[in-house]
Amino acid sequence: MTKVPVQFTLNGSEKAEFIDSGTTLLNALRDKIGDTSPKGGCHQGTCGACSVIIDGELRLSCLTLAETCNGATITTTSGLAEGGVLHPLQRAFLDTFATQCGFCTPGMIMAAKVLLDHTPNPSREDVVEALSGNICRCTGYEPIIQAVLSAARANSQNAA
Amino acid sequence: MELRKNYFADVRKDDLHEIGQPRPRSDSPGHVTGKTAYFADRNFPGMLHLKMVRSPHHHARIRSIDTSEAEKHPGVVKVLTAKDVPHNVYTILILIQVGPEDETVLADGKVRWKGEAVVAVLAETERAAQEAAAKVKVDYEVLPAVFDMEEALKPGAPLVNEYHGQNYYLYDSGECRKVRFGDVEAGFAEADHVLEQSYQSSPIEHAPTETTGCVVVPEGNDRFTCYTNTQAMFFTLDNTSIILQMPGSKLHFVGGTVGGGFGGKVDVIVEPIAILGAKLTGRPVCFIYSREEEMQISSPRAAEKVIIKDGVMKDGRIIARKVTGYTDAGAYSRHSPYGAQKGAGHYPGPYTIPNVWIDTYCVYTNRTPSSAMRGFGVTIGDFALEVQMDKLARLIGMDPLEFRFINAYRDGDMKAHRQPTEGAALIECMQEASRVANWPVAEKYMAMSSYKNGA
Amino acid sequence: MALALQTFATVKDANAALKSAGTRYLGGGTLVVRAANEGDVSVSSPVRSTDPALSAIEVGGGKVRIGASVTMAEIARHPELGPLAKAARAVGGPAIRNMATVGGNLFAPAPYGDFAVALLALDAAVGTDNGEMPIETFLVGRDDSRAIVTSVSFTKPDNFRFLKVSRVKPKGVSVLSIAVVLEQAGDGTVSSARIALGCMADRPMRAKAAEKALLGRTLDPDGIAPALAAASEGTAPITDPIASAWYRAEVLPVHLGRLLLG
Repeated sequence: MTKVPVQFTLNGSEKAEFIDSGTTLLNALRDKIGDTSPKGGCHQGTCGACSVIIDGELRLSCLTLAETCNGATITTTSGLAEGGVLHPLQRAFLDTFATQCGFCTPGMIMAAKVLLDHTPNPSREDVVEALSGNICRCTGYEPIIQAVLSAARANSQNAA
Repeated sequence: MELRKNYFADVRKDDLHEIGQPRPRSDSPGHVTGKTAYFADRNFPGMLHLKMVRSPHHHARIRSIDTSEAEKHPGVVKVLTAKDVPHNVYTILILIQVGPEDETVLADGKVRWKGEAVVAVLAETERAAQEAAAKVKVDYEVLPAVFDMEEALKPGAPLVNEYHGQNYYLYDSGECRKVRFGDVEAGFAEADHVLEQSYQSSPIEHAPTETTGCVVVPEGNDRFTCYTNTQAMFFTLDNTSIILQMPGSKLHFVGGTVGGGFGGKVDVIVEPIAILGAKLTGRPVCFIYSREEEMQISSPRAAEKVIIKDGVMKDGRIIARKVTGYTDAGAYSRHSPYGAQKGAGHYPGPYTIPNVWIDTYCVYTNRTPSSAMRGFGVTIGDFALEVQMDKLARLIGMDPLEFRFINAYRDGDMKAHRQPTEGAALIECMQEASRVANWPVAEKYMAMSSYKNGA
Repeated sequence: MALALQTFATVKDANAALKSAGTRYLGGGTLVVRAANEGDVSVSSPVRSTDPALSAIEVGGGKVRIGASVTMAEIARHPELGPLAKAARAVGGPAIRNMATVGGNLFAPAPYGDFAVALLALDAAVGTDNGEMPIETFLVGRDDSRAIVTSVSFTKPDNFRFLKVSRVKPKGVSVLSIAVVLEQAGDGTVSSARIALGCMADRPMRAKAAEKALLGRTLDPDGIAPALAAASEGTAPITDPIASAWYRAEVLPVHLGRLLLG
């Protein structure tokens, strides 16, 4: 089996591993590096549970081969809290009861983070569009949308 | 949220500290930080991947199985067939005396639905397991299949499941669950109008975001730890103990964290074969459904057909209701005999009707076995009942909500299955619905109470 | 065989590698990695090229050339490709659009491939190292196509309309998609029409009978009636969990009518 080196920055720290060629980023993160916050829900690009941020863009780690990420900067939900302080999105998801089974939550937070990074004051339609690739089967979309809007409000209040 | 205090004021307590107060969920901090540990978040050195070879036919006899090429495939550690399973024929509800055992862990001589598990391949990598699974050769003799419940009940229909001997579940009450209350034919004769309608539904897949699966680790002391997302921990443990002929004390199940279930993870499907694989190889094993397996293989809510015949008076009283319900179990029982029985207990709905006749059948077809899902046995029945209620109201020219007030059950009413009604709150729910939805009803209905002496 | 990714700096070298058995060109991963994840063991060696020409968008002199590795997101936000943005945004959710490429969309089987429907209406030319060919010709032979698609080129349209119909909003798989490029004479009558349909066959197809029926007609309910009546001619809609062939055929004229009148 062909082993290939991969090296990237994950949540601010340098990672280097030898992996089997053809390994998805999802499996590399979960099985080799030990970051299990991205979830494998469908492995076909449909559910969004594996969403991560690569070089500022939302990507699906289940359809990305890890060896194509050499040199990239990758963010996952497990890296959002700083020094034990939750990210405003994490806080908002907690406060608005935007989690039920929790399986879609890390992907939802990634999609929401990319939105707020580019659009600090999104409309409800912006939020719906930004989350449209992420499926919640406990049908908790409404509190999730409210969580993202409330995180945006919290951000703008802090900035003011 | 507004809690109305004018309903049941005599039995309310308003000094509650928890109920009515928002409280943080204890599991949310783990969810939002990605720290919650689902079964698949456990990874163990040397873990094998299990892939299932499945039947491409709805109904077929297995002439032969050739696993020799698959066994030689690089990375393959073990290939399992029916003969490897200690007690290969089981049924989940045998634990509560619902038999006979009617389903194979791995198909033995016959497949009864498209997607049935035939051969399990364990390999070093998922890819090697997939490649080897493609090399398993199964020689099938395709048999006639039946997909429609009424066709399945006709004489001469293909026999789906030999363990039953006929295409319906045989209850102690006979070919169906029965409820008899009053004289339904006399009620129809007396009624101003009789309306018979039939309703049917298709199977519904739960589609949880986390697919069904488990990770099994053989411990040094001849015990096995099984990390699973089952929703039925002790059913799974006890059934696994029966299937593997292994005392329950050898099995340590770890679960409780489920990435969406909705009733779809109660079927004891992945754990026994994964534990067997771990036992025979001495290696950790993971068996995780692909998304396609979750959609096509995991059991859906049963398809149902419900035929309702009602006798109604011009003044709005329903005086007779006859219901025939069919639950499509698919090829095996799983939880469906129980679902069909629940239906019998649930009809005629939350209404007081003096003459009731209920028959509910659990039918076997060559479709994917169905099982539990959120109120199974009741939900589709309620859909049918409430559509029927609207049709009846239209038939006699009455407001559909007022029509329901007239027939609503109240405390003390005798239900068809002879349990007196207690704690009813339908009247009050409808009063509140009328208010909130701005669908006014006559004052006399707003003055009613679930307490009979109250109005 | 275990998977092994091969990466080449040039399309030429990647094309050479694709001559070996078990290889398949890897674009954004939404088709090839998905197939591997789902247990398709026919591909053991995905091949890709990092050639920068594949990622370029050139607009000038009324012409557009889009490299095959350009993603849907890049098209959607390109200032000079405004009319196409709707078709690019019709593909997947935000993450998919950051990955899915123009080249890949040409190979996506129905119900996917909404952007290729747009390219068909634009009468795009599909480029490979062997030169260009009309997209219609390309689509017919795409199952046996081995040469890497490097670009698509087309004339920037004046009147381009696109509609994707799905049951879930804003992101859903297609019931069908329709792309139309129209030219109208001074009196408002249609002087030229290209209508492309998605999900009405296993790959995008032209509604040529409807195109013909639109010529010389005005865009009002009476004017388009013959085109709507002819819309289904030659179609063989797919049946899948989203919709049956019957349903797709029934609603096609309704949605085509809305697009033409809208």
